[in-house]
Amino acid sequence: MTKKSRTLSIKGRGLTNFESIMWLFTRLSALAMYALILFGLIGALVMGARNNMNFADVMRWAFMPNVTHVQSTDLESTDAWVTPFWKLIASALLLVATAHGVHGLVVIADDYIASEGGRKFVRLLSIIMMASMSFMGLWIIWTS
Amino acid sequence: MGLKRDVSLSTGLRYRGPAGYLTFILHRIGGLGMGIFITLHILASFVGGRFGGAINGIYENWAFQIFIFFCVMFHAINGLRITILDLFPKLLDYQTEAIWIEWAVFIPLYGISVFVILQTALGG
Repeated sequence: MTKKSRTLSIKGRGLTNFESIMWLFTRLSALAMYALILFGLIGALVMGARNNMNFADVMRWAFMPNVTHVQSTDLESTDAWVTPFWKLIASALLLVATAHGVHGLVVIADDYIASEGGRKFVRLLSIIMMASMSFMGLWIIWTS
Repeated sequence: MGLKRDVSLSTGLRYRGPAGYLTFILHRIGGLGMGIFITLHILASFVGGRFGGAINGIYENWAFQIFIFFCVMFHAINGLRITILDLFPKLLDYQTEAIWIEWAVFIPLYGISVFVILQTALGG
């Protein structure tokens, strides 16, 4: 007897409610973050990171392309690193990562908090956290 | 809110499933580690001043870099496995093999990273 696959296709699972749409969002936002981080990494190498930065500094830039992350390096000028283009990339990464992360915290909390009221409270807290982190992050990116 | 698991905190923490339990719990620790770090980092940078500077100084320490890089690298590589297997559900039958490939990718990449970070930090 051949082993029959026990899995369902994406469509077969029925993405009907908010939680299952967020399940898909978590996967797709992960893919988006790989692209953005790889983009920041390649951008740093193109802009001359090979000669003026150590490994940790390059990774710090890749994970959040904000100019404050490269100010302590041996770069002669940070002009190319502080353009609106990089601020837009940083903002995109911030918003995607915040949504992915805050939803992840809700998923973890749901594993340990089973009461209806508790879960509602976690969701309220997550919306507040999401809004405040996005706001503060954008503020830092566009004023630094 | 149709799903109701009714699992207490202590039962949840003591859960030991079959294959994939280690990657599950490390993914969770990595995600929590990053979540706490990024929240504190954004708050400290937003507040700024001496307090913010003192908090942000911790993150430049090599020991912290090794810890947070474990969280990030494991979460990213394990997340890539989860993403690929979930978006192509037929591959889920090969989950155990995928976890072995994942370790084969993670251990050398993380090992080299730790080596380079230590070399920079201690070698001057």
